[in-house]
Parts: sequence; C-alpha cells; structure tokens
Amino acid sequence: MAAVGGGRTVSSAFAPIRLWLLLPSWLTIGFFLLIPVLLMLVYSFLTKEFRGGVIWEFSLAAYDQFLFDRGLFGDDPPTIQWTYITIFARSIIQATIATIMCLLIGFPTAWYIATRPASSRAVWLFLVTVPYWVNLLIRTVSMKFLIRENGPMNEALLGTGILDAPLQLINTDFAVQLGLFYSYLPFMVLPIYAAVERYNFALSEAAADLYASHWTIMRSIVLPVVKPGIIAGCILVFVPSLGAFLAPDLLGGAKNFMIGSLIEEQFKGQAGNWPFGAAASMILLSMVLVVLFFYARSQAREQV
Amino acid sequence: MRTFDPRRYTGFFTITLACLFILYAPLAVVAVYSFNDSLSITRFEGVSLRWYQDVFFGLEAGKFRTAAWNSFTIAIMAATAATMIATAAAIGMVRGGNFKGKPASFALISMPIMVPEIVTAVATLIFFSAIGFSLGYVSILVAHIVFCIPFAYLPISARLQGIEATFEEAAQDLYASRWNAFRYVLAPIMAPGIMSGFLLAFIISLDDFIITNFVKGAGVETLPTAIFGAVKQGIKPDIMALSTLLLLFSILIVTLSYLIGRTGDAKNPE
Repeated sequence: MAAVGGGRTVSSAFAPIRLWLLLPSWLTIGFFLLIPVLLMLVYSFLTKEFRGGVIWEFSLAAYDQFLFDRGLFGDDPPTIQWTYITIFARSIIQATIATIMCLLIGFPTAWYIATRPASSRAVWLFLVTVPYWVNLLIRTVSMKFLIRENGPMNEALLGTGILDAPLQLINTDFAVQLGLFYSYLPFMVLPIYAAVERYNFALSEAAADLYASHWTIMRSIVLPVVKPGIIAGCILVFVPSLGAFLAPDLLGGAKNFMIGSLIEEQFKGQAGNWPFGAAASMILLSMVLVVLFFYARSQAREQV
Repeated sequence: MRTFDPRRYTGFFTITLACLFILYAPLAVVAVYSFNDSLSITRFEGVSLRWYQDVFFGLEAGKFRTAAWNSFTIAIMAATAATMIATAAAIGMVRGGNFKGKPASFALISMPIMVPEIVTAVATLIFFSAIGFSLGYVSILVAHIVFCIPFAYLPISARLQGIEATFEEAAQDLYASRWNAFRYVLAPIMAPGIMSGFLLAFIISLDDFIITNFVKGAGVETLPTAIFGAVKQGIKPDIMALSTLLLLFSILIVTLSYLIGRTGDAKNPE
C-alpha cells in the first residue's frame, strides 16, 4: 500500500534490499575509520619507538607524560606538568572566543537574511556560503597576507593616517581567534538562519501590540524559540575550532600552540611520539564526544 | 498601536555588511595582489600577469602541475565513489523502512563529520602503518572516499526525504522491477540532490589539507600540501596567483551547485 504524505511516513519500498544498500557505507567507514579510531585507542596505551611508530608493550607513559613531569630520566618525584594542560586550556579558550565572535556577527546576519523577502534570501545566503567553498588553506593564507605587519591592512591604516604605528596582529592570540572566526563563520549563520526562517513573527507582533519593547521581544520570545539553531551553530563552530590546525599554525606562531599543532608535531614534526599523539587525539575526541552527547541530550529533551 | 516593526533591529544590516566585508576582504586583497607587477608583496606597482605565467611556466610549474593533477584526479574519483556509496545508503536509510539499527547506522555514516579532522588523520595514519599499507596516492584516495561519504549523503538524503514514495510505488505497482523503479523514476527526481552531493564531496576532497598531509607519505603532493609547503617559506606572488585560480574554480563550482539546486526545485513534482 502506498504511503500517504511522502517523507512523513516511513517508506519501505527498498526494505528487502536495505542491507545491500547500507553495507558499502558501513564497510567503508567501519573498516577505514571506526577500526582505525579503536586502534588509535590501543596505540595510546603502547610504548613509544624513537623516530615514530610503537613497540607492542602496554604502557601508561603517554597519559602520564600528559599530566606529570618526572624529570629527564623519569625517576624524579612527579610534579604536575602544566605544558600540555595549558595547551588544551588555551584551545578551549580560543575556540570559545571564536564561537562568541561568530555568534555576535552571525546572529544579526542570519536574522537580517531571514527577514528579507523570499526572493532575495537565496542571494544573501549564496553570498555567505561562497567563502565556505573556498579552500580553507587559501582563506587562512589570505588572512595572514592581509593582517601581517607590512600587509595591505596596515598599509591602508598607516596611509590614511588612522594609525601611527603598524598593528602587531600576526602571531597573537587575537590573530588565531580571527582566523578561526573567519574559517567557521558560515557554520554559525546557516543553522540560525534556518531557525529564524521558521520563526512565527506573529508571536513578535502580538508581543509588540502588548507594549513589549524591541529588546524584550528578542530576549523573552525570539531567543527561546530559535535557541536550538543557536546551539547547533555554536557546536558547528566550537568543535572544528577546538582541533583546528591551519589557523593556529599559520596565524599564531609557536607561542600560540593549540591541540592540533601538538598532535601534528607527534607524527609529522620533531617530537615523533606516536603513543603520546594518539593519547592527545583520544583526549580531544573525548572532549568532542562530551559536547555532542550533551547536545544530543538537550535535543531529545526539546522534543519531549 | 505598534510603533516599530519587530522584524527590524537597528544595526543588524550594518553587521551583515561587516560580515560580508570580513568574509571577502582577504580573498579580494589576495586576488588584487596576484596581478601586482612587482617582486615585493608589499607595494602595488602596476598590473601584470607575470605571476600567472610563473604558475604555468615558471621554475616550480612542474611541481604545481603534478600537485594539481593529483588533487583533481583524487577529488573526482573520491567524490564519484563517495556519491555512489552515499546514494545507496540514503535509499537504504530513507526508503528502507524502520529497522533496529537505524540510529547506529546514521551515527556510523556521519562519523567522519563528527570526529575532528586531526583525529581522523591520526587514526588513518596509524591504521595504514599497522597493516603495512604504503603511503602515497592510493592511501590519500581511500582516506578521501571515507570522509567524503557523509558530505555526499546529507544533500542526497535531504532530497530523497522531500520526494513522495508514491512515485516509485506506482512504478512498482505497474510491474517495474526495483532497479527500474530506481533507474527510471526515483533517480531522475533525485538527480539534483545527487549532483549537489557530488559537488560538495568534490570540493571537500579538493579542500582537504590535514588528513592528506598525514597519509600522503613522502613525494606525493596535492595542491593544498604543495601550497602549505611553499607558504612556510613566506607568501610569494606566484602562490597568490595560484590561490586566485583555485578561488575562481571554487566560485565556479559553488555557482554551478546553486544553479542546479534551483532548477531542481523548479522541477520538484510536489
């Protein structure tokens, strides 16, 4: 019997061959991503081989190194090792600031686009999404080119007499935040746009008729309704920012090390400590899973 | 009586313009400077195409050409494979009825998007080294197919959810085989979604730096890894010319995808 209402009822025209349709994706992702992630977990508990690789011997050294400093030969009494904790804390702070910047610019932008006439919305959305399709590396390099000490931005600011001395932006915390903000801004705009577009403006109009002020309407009526879109946008910006590599590497310099650079260095750089890199990756992955878990739980609660 | 329009907030238009300015200014500046007729990347001294000439015929042209060839062939193959896998998966998920492992299946398909890129890169490198898979062109291709699947899946399944099941059911009622119902009825209606999925996967593959950088091994470069290597020695004008070319190519693809999406909506039978 044909299902009425299209997508709303679950159609099962292809149910008899469902397994064969799903198997290629399960096998590809299961074999080349799920198993590798589990193997990475195993590697984080192995002993490091110098010059990369591992020795198959159980060890907690990677996690121990993350938290404690035991001196050059490993037999000093352990003291707390702040280096890596600082790098993780800095990553969380940088990602949080980038998320807030994206929200402050992204929300008004999404709101403005969603309140345009239907015909021009698509064009505005198109303008916001184009940069997302441009290579992230090229975008980050462009940002570096623009804000560097002798770059066009400083030239313009000095040339017009707004500044007397060039702005030292490159290799600062702010440059990294700006880079992350620039990388993931469209991720904030799109879900908020989708939420505002569905928002029923009759609610705002009713509140306005009852003498609610402009900002009261925003705070007490709009924000609670479009909150799921805001949360989705924040997660879409925060999660990739946390493990970002390009923005901190190209814009931040050595002083602004983030998790991504720390992990990269264990495999591609001088450090060459695979179990430690695997452990750092596991910690990053766990942090992301915690964020996603709370998100899924809040979503489930919204639907009840 | 209302004294204001609750849709309008003062300053939101200005912020939108600022948002677009921030998004486009760095790209525009690099595009302008790529035409700079000067070795210095600081001063603008007249318009010329010399850096574009340099990209195609200069000292490093061979390196860039090989990298571009690798990038494009990998992107086309990875996007094709990912789109086929994702189309099958979307039909299985959206048209396969309810089944017990559906949430788990969805979690597995979206896993490449959920896991941070750097973690995927580490896990893939460890896996390839553990099974003795040699790093190079093929390892890049395999890794790209995996992370392209969810990007192809999302637009395809979104499109499929918007198509009423009555179409392929009518075909089957008229004794079309399941394959023919797909081939002649469902596939043509799904086509815009499949095309958007392919283009998104293609761009995502072309864009990737981190995972490629981990699994490429020595000697094999794609455009992003070649550009990254060059930028480490400073931003040279030929890199800006190359970036501008890639920028134009991306804009071409996104425009194409936008137009396909629009014609798709116009033909939507609903």
